[in-house]
Amino acid sequence: MTLLQVRDLTVTYDGGARAVRGVDLTLAAGQKLGVAGESGCGKSTLALALLRLLPASAKVTGEVLLGGEDVLTMKWGRVRAVRWAGASIVFQGAMHSLNAVHRVGDQIAEPILLHKRATREGARRKVAELLEHVGLPAARAASYPHELSGGQRQRVMIAMALACDPELIVADEPTTALDVMIQAQILGLISRLVAEQDLGLVMISHDLAVLADTCDRLAVMYAGRVVEEGPAAQVYADALHPYGKALSGSFPTIGDPASRFAPRGLPGDPPDPAALPPGCTFHPRCPVALDVCARDDQELRPAGAGRRAACVRVGRTGAAEDVRARVRGQGREPEH
Amino acid sequence: MTADSTPALAKSADARPGSGPAAAAGPEPGARPGTRGPRARNLRAYLQYAAAKIVGAAVSLFAVLVTSFFLFRLIPSDPVKQMTGGRRVSTQQLAALRHQYGLDQPMWKQFTSYIGDALSGDFGISYQYHTPVIDKITGALPATLLLTGTAYVLYSALGIWLGTRSGWRSGSRSDRFHTAFALTLYSVPSFWLGLLLIIVFAVGIGPIPGMFPTGGLEQGGLHGFSYVVDVAHHMVLPVVTLVAVGYAQTLLVMRSSLLDEMGSDYLTTARAKGLRDDLVRRRHAVPNALLPTFTLMFVNLGHVVAGQILVETVFSWPGLGGLFYQALSVPDLPLVQGLFFVFATAVILANTLADILYPLLDPRVGR
Repeated sequence: MTLLQVRDLTVTYDGGARAVRGVDLTLAAGQKLGVAGESGCGKSTLALALLRLLPASAKVTGEVLLGGEDVLTMKWGRVRAVRWAGASIVFQGAMHSLNAVHRVGDQIAEPILLHKRATREGARRKVAELLEHVGLPAARAASYPHELSGGQRQRVMIAMALACDPELIVADEPTTALDVMIQAQILGLISRLVAEQDLGLVMISHDLAVLADTCDRLAVMYAGRVVEEGPAAQVYADALHPYGKALSGSFPTIGDPASRFAPRGLPGDPPDPAALPPGCTFHPRCPVALDVCARDDQELRPAGAGRRAACVRVGRTGAAEDVRARVRGQGREPEH
Repeated sequence: MTADSTPALAKSADARPGSGPAAAAGPEPGARPGTRGPRARNLRAYLQYAAAKIVGAAVSLFAVLVTSFFLFRLIPSDPVKQMTGGRRVSTQQLAALRHQYGLDQPMWKQFTSYIGDALSGDFGISYQYHTPVIDKITGALPATLLLTGTAYVLYSALGIWLGTRSGWRSGSRSDRFHTAFALTLYSVPSFWLGLLLIIVFAVGIGPIPGMFPTGGLEQGGLHGFSYVVDVAHHMVLPVVTLVAVGYAQTLLVMRSSLLDEMGSDYLTTARAKGLRDDLVRRRHAVPNALLPTFTLMFVNLGHVVAGQILVETVFSWPGLGGLFYQALSVPDLPLVQGLFFVFATAVILANTLADILYPLLDPRVGR
């Protein structure tokens, strides 16, 4: 069953910044989708658009079908009912995403009381249960956010996201501000909970390795568009789009001194969403750009089993090989 | 993670809320460090914090006492000459007066007896009224508290209400109107507005009849309910003056602190939870935005006792502000000193109260 279907979603901010430009995504119940990309590629905007949380001045078109219902055309009362009960969000940087003047227990209980018509006592019990579920003592409900560590706050955020038993969880950079050990704990926790309760997960991160570890499928975004999509392991290990290659190539391989001493980043900055380059938006930074790339926009096209990529070199016979050959020629062959 | 104690330990420490700052000074017997519960630890830290604030306030009060003695002896004017009002008085009589008020004593002796008396609540005898200063002050205090207290409650409430509305919908037509209107009133001198109101609504102008009394607290001779109505009638114009000039400050602070909160992530969280807009505002944005406003309200609370010298004078209100004006023009040194001390005490107490209450509003402070 399709849990979430995003069709041709575009978001244009007041001022002309085209943050999301025609994104299509599909997520089945119980599936885990990773959305990767640099800062400013539109991934957080995408997350907010799923629950219609963008400011009123942002222009949003397309469809966001959540359980078959279009979130973008719902009445506001229905939107509020769907928020958190149908889909909840684990926000990035839980320090600021929690209200500093309320106890975390009350903040977790708030959506339960709102959506589930629970009694105070029932909500309190549910909060205790949720906290233990994410590995915190139930007594932590009485703490304020500043009394918790970063990892604990993120656990509270996850407990909060689970409060109303949603079918979909959107995790927007859930581990970005955490150190590596805590990051691994939180990722393990999210994976476990999602598997246990058969939830749908959309995980957004700039960290391709984290996503490849956690998710079934990966979508790589660049300048407001999905430029590559496919099974997570394949996209990570063998990206077809030059941008996907650059992303996965920017992580050094442990045990390989060559990759440590010569990390392959991607030169240049992502384009200004208010002034995108013509043609393929990636061509100014692309190591294998052709003349045609500066002129023609590239749509996502099928690229093998369950894979799609938006590159002129993909989709023709042998095109992927061609890209690899060009990259190798410049000494930028990715290791994985 | 910090050490979590057993609930039993936390409870036993919590069960002694009245133990006071003294108990908070030393470690509790039998409690190993790091085994106390977070709540007990918080209470202890809070009591230490409160005790420190109270000690600080006491030090400030003593400094005020000392300052007020020397400050008013620097005024280049001979109180005895003022008392006699320029009449022809023999040097013997002046000397007798000086002796009567202790002004012939050396400065250090005047100072020590002043401090000793002040600590026992005795601020001397007023030169002007020939009654104890403390009686004059307690006599005028209720009128001031009634007038400025009423105005304080009204302008704080009005400022917070309009400031919240303006900040939540900043840039809207109503925001621009209220901000501009409040600022205009804020820049009006209070005595000028008071006089204007007297001319229009008390004296009457053109078709407008004089509806309100021109000044004073009561017309006299009334009792019971009609007395209450009469006092309320006398309060209308001065209260309107004080509120009109005073509410802009609260409005602007509330508006700007709400604006600071507007882009916060926790508001996005609250919206994502499915809360209605007004609940997001009331439950999440306003409690955070209130913190700076709360500080301002306590600063203003300190000034409630000092009254409003100009407004009380314009409306012949029998309060501390008017009394201070009278005392300064003599100068009635004991009365001025006493009032100065009472005003300063009120400000210090209000600030200390704010410091002590602040952690209850903002859990991040003082723990």
